[in-house]
Amino acid sequence: MNPILTAAALMLSVTPVLSQTWEETLDEARGQTVFFHAWGGDQRTNDFIASVGDEVLERHGVTLQHVRIADTADAVARVLAERAAGREKTGGSVDLIWLNGPNFLAMKDQGLLHGPFVANLPNAQWLDLSEGSANTVDFTVPVEGLESPWRLAKFVFNYDSARIAAPPADMAGWLDWAAAHPGRITHPDPANFMGATFLKQALIELAPDDTDLSVPPTDDSFAKATVPLWHWYDALRPNLWRDGRSFPENESIQQQLLNDGEIDMTMSFDPASAAAAIADGLLPETVRVHVPQAGSIGNVSFVAIPVNAAHKAGAKVVADALLAPATQARMQNIEVLGSFSVLDPAKLDAAGQAAFAALPTAPALPALSDLGAVLAEPHPDWMTRLTAAWQDRYTR
Amino acid sequence: MARPLYAVISLRGISGAAIAIAVILPVMIGVVHSALAGFGHMPLLGARGPDLDAWRTLLGQPGLWRAVAVSLWTGMAATMISMGLAFGAVAALQDRVSWLRRVLAPLLAAPHAALAIGLAFVIAPSGWIARGLAVGLGWDRPPELATVGDPWGLALILGLVLKEVPFLIVILLGASTQIAMREQMAAGRALGYGRVAVWLWVLVPQLWPLIRLPVMAVLAFSMSVVDMALILGPSNPPTLSVMVARLFADPDLRAMLPASSGALLQLGLTAMAMGLLWAGASVAGIFARAAMRRGARLRGLDAWLAVPVLLLGGLLFLVVLSLAVLALWSVTFTWRWPDPWPQRLSMAAWQGRAGWLAAAQTAFFIALASSGIALILAIGWLEGGDRAGRHGLRGWMRAAVALPLLLPQLSVLIGLSGLLLRLEMAPMIAVVWAHVLFVFPYVMIALAGPWAALDPRMQRAAAALGAGPWRRLLRVKLPVLLAPLMLAAALGFAVSIAQYLPTMFLGGGRVATLTTEAVALSSGSDRRVAAVHATLQAGLPWLVYLAALILPAVIHRNRRALKGEAS
Repeated sequence: MNPILTAAALMLSVTPVLSQTWEETLDEARGQTVFFHAWGGDQRTNDFIASVGDEVLERHGVTLQHVRIADTADAVARVLAERAAGREKTGGSVDLIWLNGPNFLAMKDQGLLHGPFVANLPNAQWLDLSEGSANTVDFTVPVEGLESPWRLAKFVFNYDSARIAAPPADMAGWLDWAAAHPGRITHPDPANFMGATFLKQALIELAPDDTDLSVPPTDDSFAKATVPLWHWYDALRPNLWRDGRSFPENESIQQQLLNDGEIDMTMSFDPASAAAAIADGLLPETVRVHVPQAGSIGNVSFVAIPVNAAHKAGAKVVADALLAPATQARMQNIEVLGSFSVLDPAKLDAAGQAAFAALPTAPALPALSDLGAVLAEPHPDWMTRLTAAWQDRYTR
Repeated sequence: MARPLYAVISLRGISGAAIAIAVILPVMIGVVHSALAGFGHMPLLGARGPDLDAWRTLLGQPGLWRAVAVSLWTGMAATMISMGLAFGAVAALQDRVSWLRRVLAPLLAAPHAALAIGLAFVIAPSGWIARGLAVGLGWDRPPELATVGDPWGLALILGLVLKEVPFLIVILLGASTQIAMREQMAAGRALGYGRVAVWLWVLVPQLWPLIRLPVMAVLAFSMSVVDMALILGPSNPPTLSVMVARLFADPDLRAMLPASSGALLQLGLTAMAMGLLWAGASVAGIFARAAMRRGARLRGLDAWLAVPVLLLGGLLFLVVLSLAVLALWSVTFTWRWPDPWPQRLSMAAWQGRAGWLAAAQTAFFIALASSGIALILAIGWLEGGDRAGRHGLRGWMRAAVALPLLLPQLSVLIGLSGLLLRLEMAPMIAVVWAHVLFVFPYVMIALAGPWAALDPRMQRAAAALGAGPWRRLLRVKLPVLLAPLMLAAALGFAVSIAQYLPTMFLGGGRVATLTTEAVALSSGSDRRVAAVHATLQAGLPWLVYLAALILPAVIHRNRRALKGEAS
């Protein structure tokens, strides 16, 4: 479906009716305290959430209480337990959860989520909500308006421009590129998430056109889809670092190897990581970010409202505040958090575009528009199978 | 010896029972639990064996047999090389024993993980040595040589040798005081045998039975080490121990079953390697006796004694380099190829955000608690033995203290953690207890000798003055033994600080010490923060050793006869 048409239809159909409802939501939210259960392991993220809390308190009288959890599954378990204890529609202690992937699937399947609510948020107008976009599918599970996006993770390559040419525009081109730089490129061990993502990225580009990666593979479909991939990889491997016999355990070690000059390329799920590492003395100043021409795998972090949340209106106000262009721009500010925005640059109005244009830049920091299309994650079973098949083929 | 029966039973009986229940039994139960779970019986996970499913899963791990081979090879090679070098160095430096002891003492306290992290940077293709050569040799890129994580495990072997050679030399020096080495050497030389010949034909056969146990402990350790193998060993596949530890760490609890099979495989492999070493020693003995009967005097070989000395010197240099580079990286901001020195220094890694303070406090507390508990257990047993008239380390206790050292840690701990799933022990308590299992043998062995050597006349004099057993213990024995007590505690402290698996497995990832943090950070992107943790990990035991040496010297500054004890 044409994304612009869809968005237009969406706005025409819902905006006039719901703007009034939003006023009601704001009225109801005033004075509420929203308990936001979110992983608390990163100080910069915690600080950013606190700054959003200041905003919603000042503008809408909503108090944001960040409940720092170690594992999102804990919050899911708590909602489940409270519902089992009779708090089915309201009175729950969790108002908003940061989640994605398996935890979202678990909550959706068990009917633990309130909504759909996303399309009703005023700031959802800046989102690309067309069918199949990264904001509407969470690890192949349709979002259906039950969770609201807030930040973007996207697969990128970081290479040292002083020592090596930029990676080719498509994965097929890697064969010549690797042959020209034997021993200078590698990928993390596919047992690691980042290494597996590298194989997935290659699979998306190389699989035969009729492959549907959004459904779980069968033995046959997996074998058929991966023929070109393994053919490509067999040709690539001899030119990898250490003849493709050993691999960095994870992308952090690979970044260390790049910093040591042992290799010339690494990969990341955070497009701002290169700029941040350079500022921190952990990568040479000449490192640059590359995105394949066809785009790269990405996934979005969401917030969702449990079905029994005590303060649903306040939670919606917070979810909306997270999507405000000024807030999203601040989140993307490398000096604040450096997480890329989920907003569609093409949809932003002049003020929104100005907010992003005013962000501090760094030579190694791509602009949101440089990142290209977001390719959807294949169904999780593909990753499991890819990792196992790779180990069978190349671990001896 | 007219003493009331309760006094005899109480201390020896109570401390013996405490040691058996707290230390020895858990070790055995751990192995038994591994055996049950490995054959599919773990009711907690709904597995009611016996069956071979867990084994099938284990054997289906890609690269398993190569992992087994690498473990056997690295463990055997590291042990044989370390033993050969230790014998060679002691043979060559026989007359400079006290010098050797002084040089090696500080190295013994360096934990494996810190040494491995430092060594990895020293010998890496882009490491300190290569950076030193790069400018002179015109290397614009690091050489393409897998010097760390090589598929043959050579870097791992080097790391193990660095750590085990000083240990075996100290053991050998101790053993050599138990035989008439000087006299036998003089007699052999007078008969025209070279030094090497006297060592091979006369001294080694006498020393071997004395050091066999520590050598087997070295073998068991080398084959099942996880932290060093993670940092220096091959990755694809890793050693068996790393593979099994990864299985264990799988979030799916059912992976505990194949991990238990792996623990059994590790146990069997270690037993096989010990058998091989034992058999190899016997065969070597047969050949040596044959050569001896032919009267080989091997005088030409004496000049070659310089080789182990040079190698030892090289190893010591590497150790110093490895530890120095840790300190240097911890104050570095940027340091890139091919500079032999950091471009910019910074204290940032030490200031805040790294969170090393919490890890240091946890490690310090666990080490203090576990070495304290181990010391109390050891004192209880030894004092109880004195009161019962059965002095020193003997009977079942001799075998019992060897047990935790000879069994692969992995095999014991996987079973114990499986057991603890049911007990719901607080992670910190479980970790301290697991540390005691491995700290206690060292403390006991270190204390037993000085305790037995205590001059019995002091006790008699005190008893004659009317002091009861507790008063004699607290007012005479312990003060007189202050120096060896402190050294035993310091040794226990160092052993605890170095522990990786007990903290990881029984803490379930919820207890972070300097060691677990250093190992985790060594696979991160910030070598500076890893270096801070490793520097502290290496530094803390030294400080405690220093305190253990200085405190008794200060307290006993006016007690001349008690001063020599510490050396």
